[in-house]
Amino acid sequence: MKAIAARRHHRFAPVVLLALALVLTGGLYAALAPSAEGAAAPTTDDVEAGRALFVANCATCHGVNAEGRDNNPTLIGVGAAAVDFQVSTGRMPMQLEGPQAAAKPPQFNREQINQLAAYVASLGPGPAVPSAEQVDPALGDPANGMAIFRTNCAMCHGAIGAGGALSEGKYAPSLAQSRPTDIYTAMLTGPQSMPVFNDANITPEEKRDVIAFLEEQRNGSPGGTTLGSIGPVGEGVWIWVVGMGLLIASAVWIGAKSS
Amino acid sequence: MTNEQTPQIGGTAGGQDLARTEGTVPARFEDPGLPEHRLRQSDVDPAAAKRAERQVVAMFAISILGTIGFLLAYFLVRPGETVASMRISNIALGISLFLAMFGIGAAAVHWAKTLMSDHERQEARHPQRSDAATREAALDVLRQGAEDSGIGRRGVLKGAVVSAVALAPLTVAVPLIGEVGGDWNVSKFRHTLWERGKRLARDPSGEPIRAADVTIGSVFHVIPENLREEGGSHWIEEKAKAVVLMVRMDPRDLKETPERAGWSYDGIVAYSKICTHVGCPVALYEQQTHHLLCPCHQSTFDMSDGAKVVFGPAARPLPQLPITVDDDGYLIAQDDFDEPIGPSYWERLR
Repeated sequence: MKAIAARRHHRFAPVVLLALALVLTGGLYAALAPSAEGAAAPTTDDVEAGRALFVANCATCHGVNAEGRDNNPTLIGVGAAAVDFQVSTGRMPMQLEGPQAAAKPPQFNREQINQLAAYVASLGPGPAVPSAEQVDPALGDPANGMAIFRTNCAMCHGAIGAGGALSEGKYAPSLAQSRPTDIYTAMLTGPQSMPVFNDANITPEEKRDVIAFLEEQRNGSPGGTTLGSIGPVGEGVWIWVVGMGLLIASAVWIGAKSS
Repeated sequence: MTNEQTPQIGGTAGGQDLARTEGTVPARFEDPGLPEHRLRQSDVDPAAAKRAERQVVAMFAISILGTIGFLLAYFLVRPGETVASMRISNIALGISLFLAMFGIGAAAVHWAKTLMSDHERQEARHPQRSDAATREAALDVLRQGAEDSGIGRRGVLKGAVVSAVALAPLTVAVPLIGEVGGDWNVSKFRHTLWERGKRLARDPSGEPIRAADVTIGSVFHVIPENLREEGGSHWIEEKAKAVVLMVRMDPRDLKETPERAGWSYDGIVAYSKICTHVGCPVALYEQQTHHLLCPCHQSTFDMSDGAKVVFGPAARPLPQLPITVDDDGYLIAQDDFDEPIGPSYWERLR
């Protein structure tokens, strides 16, 4: 510590501090930024196999007959779409109690997910998994999707779906890596904190438009780096740390006498 | 940043006099003078001067390369039609433009710092006061002018010139104040387009909403039906006042006061989307907690309990829109909001 203290007036000390601050910010962002995973397309169902999987993996919290227990929700009537979203994004089975179930690599393969979905769908009527055509971004209108997204989604997920914070540790995840089917089923079923956007609120065509809009965002930004696209806070941090840092460094260099 | 720059307290002869005794302050601080001039490496070592010159030349060369790069990028790296090609074009133009400009600036600073003379100079200020003869002559001219105009003797003339000059600014002031004060009707802030029987419609499509379509857990962003027609040329201002967030929850979760018992419909509640703090659109609805979060200052409202404030700087609950259904099953407003929407203003009583 003494060696560091002795060098705190060194001419390169501000530069080193600035570099350390940048590394810290970048490291924190990399460690804390939410991420998502995807999987393949659906096939046929097997209610019995799904029931066996359910009893082995889900019944502890949701009850043997999916009736729900101890504040854990019942799954009767949530439909195949909810199971497909929760299990294929790895949010269920939940790893640990917390403000929000985070996305992680899925625990089941596509066939098992379809079996689970078929079992839960057999318990009561609920929204079904959309067809490949319903979620095909090529068939949607990105411009209309932007209008829908701006009104209904952007307040939580950000203007281009980069995600954002909610209260008490909850957050709206980034949609940059989400599969089109997951975007569709999330709107349809309203997982966790997210409200439901049923087909009367956002029609199936409009949902596809939203998917097309989000697909467009994956081309990146025409203006160089996006700074995470998380809005004025992220941009402000950059301009205060990097922009002002460079200005101060220039001013110090201009004002210092040549040796 | 070297120590030699800062005047060393106590190091000069003058500094000794500044020592305070018994809390007294010297009547006049000594001028510490300029620090001793220190020769730079480029002043004493011709090799160092040569090196500094080469550095300056290199910086100018960077600028020249940047300019050439900019022209090449402008003609060869076209923005094109795709986002990726636009990004490459912008980055190429930006970096080369930065080098072209910053190279000149950095070279000029480095040139001045290392090679140009850095001897400190002092230049005494000229006295500003003119000599007595010039001042007297100037006063004479003024006196003579006043006598010529006869303003001291001709009273009517004096009154006329003062009146004319005093009245002339009215040509600017009256229209200016008149325009500002054209609309002092603040009562319109109390009312929105909502009225008895007005259907609730989806934003942005404007289609009316059936109560049966609002499933539990849903959130609808709502505008009054026929907003564009009835709002006229100010429809977007009317929209900004009338936007509503509507959610449906299990009626058992809903806590309602007796006076507002009839304001919801089967678990569907509608509240103004304009924050009562400073007027941001509040729309981050958490379905499980029924909390509505304002993105600007984190005010949090409990939609299941009269939109009361549970966190943040907002002082009042969001105004509630009383709703019901018409004979066709569409949701309609019972009336306008019972209080002005949005943040406080001075005519508001609370």
